[in-house]
Amino acid sequence: MNVMDTRATSAMLYLDGVHVSFDGFHAINNLSLALEPGEMRAIIGPNGAGKTTMMDIITGKTKPDEGTVLFDGVTDLTRLDETRIAELGIGRKFQKPTVFESQTVQDNLLLALNVDHSVKGTLFWRGSKAESERIDKVLETIRLTDARNRLAGSLSHGQKQWLEIGMLLAQDPKLLLVDEPVAGMTDVETHLTAELLKEINKTHTIMVVEHDMTFVRELGVKVTCLHEGTVLAEGTIDQVSSNERVIEVYLGR
Amino acid sequence: MLSNLSARLCSFVLSLFLIAFALPAFAGPFEDAVAKFANDDYSDTEEAIGTVASSGNKLAFPIISALQDGRLMADPDSKKVYVTGTDGKSIDAATGEAVASVPDSASAVRLNNRLRRSVDAALGSLTLQSPDLGARLQAAQSVFKSREETALEPVESALAKETNKSVKTALGEARAAILLFKSDATEVQKLEAVATIKARGDQDALALLSDIGTDQPASVTKAAASAIGSIQSSLAVWSTVQNAWYGLSLGSVLLLAAIGLAITFGVMGVINMAHGEMVMIGAYTTFVVQEVIRTRYPALFDYSLLIAVPLAFLVAGAIGMLIERSIIRFLYGRPLETLLATWGLSLVLQQAVRTMFGPTNREVGNPSWMSGAFELGQITITYNRLWILCFTLAVFAILLAMLRYSAIGLEMRAVTQNRRMAASMGIATSRVDALTFGLGSGIAGIAGVALSQIDNVSPNLGQSYIIDSFMVVVFGGVGNLWGTLVGAFTLGIANKFLEPVAGAVLGKIAILVLIILFIQKRPRGLFALKGRAVEA
Amino acid sequence: MTPHMLTRSLDRGAAIFLAVVAACGILIPLSNLLLPAGSFLQVPTYLVALWGKYVCYAILALAIDLIWGYCGILSLGHGAFFALGGYAMGMYLMRQIGTRGVYGNPILPDFMVFLNYSKLPWTWYGFDMFWFAALMVLLVPGLLAFCFGWLAFRSRVTGVYLSIITQAMTYALLLAFFRNDFGFGGNNGLTDFKDILGFNVQAEGTRAALFALSCLALIASFLICRTVVSSKLGKVLIAIRDAESRSRFLGYRVESYKLFVFTLSACMAGVAGALYVPQVGIINPSEFAPGNSIEAVIWVAVGGRGTLVGAALGAIVVNYAKTFFTSGVLAPYWLFMLGALFILVTLLLPKGIVGTFNAWRDQSKEKRSALTTVSAAAEDGVTEPKMAE
Repeated sequence: MNVMDTRATSAMLYLDGVHVSFDGFHAINNLSLALEPGEMRAIIGPNGAGKTTMMDIITGKTKPDEGTVLFDGVTDLTRLDETRIAELGIGRKFQKPTVFESQTVQDNLLLALNVDHSVKGTLFWRGSKAESERIDKVLETIRLTDARNRLAGSLSHGQKQWLEIGMLLAQDPKLLLVDEPVAGMTDVETHLTAELLKEINKTHTIMVVEHDMTFVRELGVKVTCLHEGTVLAEGTIDQVSSNERVIEVYLGR
Repeated sequence: MLSNLSARLCSFVLSLFLIAFALPAFAGPFEDAVAKFANDDYSDTEEAIGTVASSGNKLAFPIISALQDGRLMADPDSKKVYVTGTDGKSIDAATGEAVASVPDSASAVRLNNRLRRSVDAALGSLTLQSPDLGARLQAAQSVFKSREETALEPVESALAKETNKSVKTALGEARAAILLFKSDATEVQKLEAVATIKARGDQDALALLSDIGTDQPASVTKAAASAIGSIQSSLAVWSTVQNAWYGLSLGSVLLLAAIGLAITFGVMGVINMAHGEMVMIGAYTTFVVQEVIRTRYPALFDYSLLIAVPLAFLVAGAIGMLIERSIIRFLYGRPLETLLATWGLSLVLQQAVRTMFGPTNREVGNPSWMSGAFELGQITITYNRLWILCFTLAVFAILLAMLRYSAIGLEMRAVTQNRRMAASMGIATSRVDALTFGLGSGIAGIAGVALSQIDNVSPNLGQSYIIDSFMVVVFGGVGNLWGTLVGAFTLGIANKFLEPVAGAVLGKIAILVLIILFIQKRPRGLFALKGRAVEA
Repeated sequence: MTPHMLTRSLDRGAAIFLAVVAACGILIPLSNLLLPAGSFLQVPTYLVALWGKYVCYAILALAIDLIWGYCGILSLGHGAFFALGGYAMGMYLMRQIGTRGVYGNPILPDFMVFLNYSKLPWTWYGFDMFWFAALMVLLVPGLLAFCFGWLAFRSRVTGVYLSIITQAMTYALLLAFFRNDFGFGGNNGLTDFKDILGFNVQAEGTRAALFALSCLALIASFLICRTVVSSKLGKVLIAIRDAESRSRFLGYRVESYKLFVFTLSACMAGVAGALYVPQVGIINPSEFAPGNSIEAVIWVAVGGRGTLVGAALGAIVVNYAKTFFTSGVLAPYWLFMLGALFILVTLLLPKGIVGTFNAWRDQSKEKRSALTTVSAAAEDGVTEPKMAE
């Protein structure tokens, strides 16, 4: 249906000539970007550069006015809805940590597990050993084992960020979109998060949006700077941060 | 329209009374004829009608019209005849002098069908030359409908003297109607008559032409058939215009009811289920104002609405602000809870009004400048509907201008767009919230003043508007006043065009179903806001 | 997985509730039938019918709580599903009257004879059979909810928009059922029922049986709701309620979940309506009035949405209060009280009676256990659940 006959690109995620406007405001303007399988990419850019809108497009929340968005080289994401895209294997962590606050930490992870998500499947669901083992493993990774029975709403801000990353892990997608994972974290937590993302990157493709340049530097990956909905510069952190235009619009002198 | 007609007749009768009182009564054949009414004999009555109608006496009209309405009382013992006015006062029919009361032994003079026709004809010819313009017009119309051959002569003599253009036309049509059915009229006369009636072009003309029967000359039948065709097609156009007007009128009512909601729901995002009760409070304010005026300053009655509009705005606005401060501000960000709390509030307000003013409808009158109607081509436009349309548009324009140009309008927009930013710029957001809600409620109150003119003022007044108002706002697109305007008129017109096809209730159901389907298609209404802000 | 404290305590509440309902369902009919009339412990028949009505309302409240309390769908049109279930039952009861009607027509109900119907409208076919009517009690509300929900949830109509269009739905049905030519008795509705499954609806035995049946239906509805909300599906529903778009990004097809509970809830409301009609003896279009649906929502709010026991209790408490106040000298003030109830509950008691009680009890328990853990040992391993602020 939405799958092309031949693989158009080797990239895991491929955006080409994407445009979106809201009431005349061009949020995304001729945006082109490619993410290779196994890659981790950091996206930086000033407020209103279109970073979150780009994620909205990839995850199907916003439909682009024109342009191509291909996943895994074959699937046209612009025609699918959020659920279908999530099923394909794209996971997303939001800018503002969004966890299910009135449910426990372990239920949050249980909900995220990539098992049968149909109505029938959940109604007649019986927990399995494999599932609880996976949850235990994720809890360990995100250091929330002790808090497994606490309500997610009672976690600290940093813990919520981690829980959300943990939900991504439980979801086990091919591509992770991570929006500002270290906002509001202490230096230690920021460092641990960078380590965690690098660990996850060993098995997953990741796109990280972040303002924290120390964190981006620590990730040590290719950086793309967006401005007014289009790519301003791309390259290593040093290349990008020495780019005149980037300094002018974003980093400041 | 009927009440309008009878009001005119009443004033006419009254003016005739005044003239009658001014003239000295004289004894003679008129008095004798009047006395015959007391004989309770149909042939005597008929004779009396003829004599009285042709007497030229100024009492002739009141007597014959009283006879028609069953208000002519005759005392068989004293042979005295009385006219009971529509206002309850009575006069002696022979002399025109006022009497304290009609004796108990008097009873209404009886009529049979034949006599009724004579009465109608007599009244027609009596009034064809009346000094009152309206009465002449009515008379000409009634002759047109009755097409009584005996009226031909009075019509023609009236036509010769008539100077007013519209009465002249009406008399011409009356003459044409008589001639068309007169067996001894010439073919030329009849063809002319068909042309005249065709020019009239309304339902009555259509009915008349369809009635002519088969014993007419072929040319007349043919001319009539073609006239019927052309009248029908022009009537179809007029009925479309009529529906459009009704639609506009309904649309203006919907808009008026929804405008306040467009502020509280559309701009503030507050679901106010007690919105209809604000409308009701406005209507009851009008009632109280009129009540005070009626008892204290009756001369001011025509200004009652002008006084009620600002008062209703203040009363409903103040109540609205009170509600915002005491209930709604605790529920911001919890729209479903707001919905429930304000529903509860609507129950309380309804019951409060029911306790204070009683559960039944209260009488709210139309000032003179809002009563009556005028004809525009083939459609009748009532003044109250027209005024409401103008009033609604004026309220809409003022509101739009206020939001756009005034300081408080700017603050309101600032707060709705970004509350925190507005607060940090020194805008007292809670004051703005209260004022915005007060404004929305105040406008609902104003709507109540207008709606009191066309709807029953009862504690349930508001409930009948709440669902419609929400539909309008949701249909038009939340947060967009122009959307509300377009939504209201679209729904109003759609409703009125569906009504003749589907009937009033089914039409309404169809509209509701269509809106439900429409919301599925465009969940954010006709003029939806787009972008990230929507999800927030 | 360790069942955490909240679930355990709810379970105890549920068990008590079920036991009480079962006891009422058995004891009240027995007392009514076996004890001599006028005896101190004998429940008079009119009370059996009245309480039966409350039990039906409790089922309706459960249905509303299932979608509102657990999935965040505030339906202001659930009265419509209740009434449709009622009409389906009413139609069966009408056809049972047969030749005993005023006009004695064996096929046509009285109102049809009165309105000069020449034959039975197709909508009435099959309603002379109980099994068919019983099927329709589930099918008609269920199908309407399915179609309505399919359209609404697929286009992501949520929140107040959904509430308003559900209100418009019941309003449209109200207008339709008021019409004589709609074929369901118009203004007067369906009434003058004679018997149900061959038993006289007025007879004490039938009324007692209907009451017991209503209690049984309440227990069944409760168990169904309980099964749904304590399954993983229940967790998904809460996830949708709290963060709908997050659930989509996890790969849950939100519209299917909503459609499932909405339809299930409508069927339950239909059953409640069907049990209600033979006990009150009439069904008319006023049951579709939007006010009725909103009133049912407030029962749930009073009892505590998101708690099944609370919803059922709320329905019974509010309706008992309604009966109590509207029959006494306070009758003119009932609407003031009801209105104030709406306002006060939303402002001061957003969790409802049962919800607030649960929160209070958990808090005091937590305090107590906090004291003991401090004195005993810190490495207990499991942290007590805290209530969300």
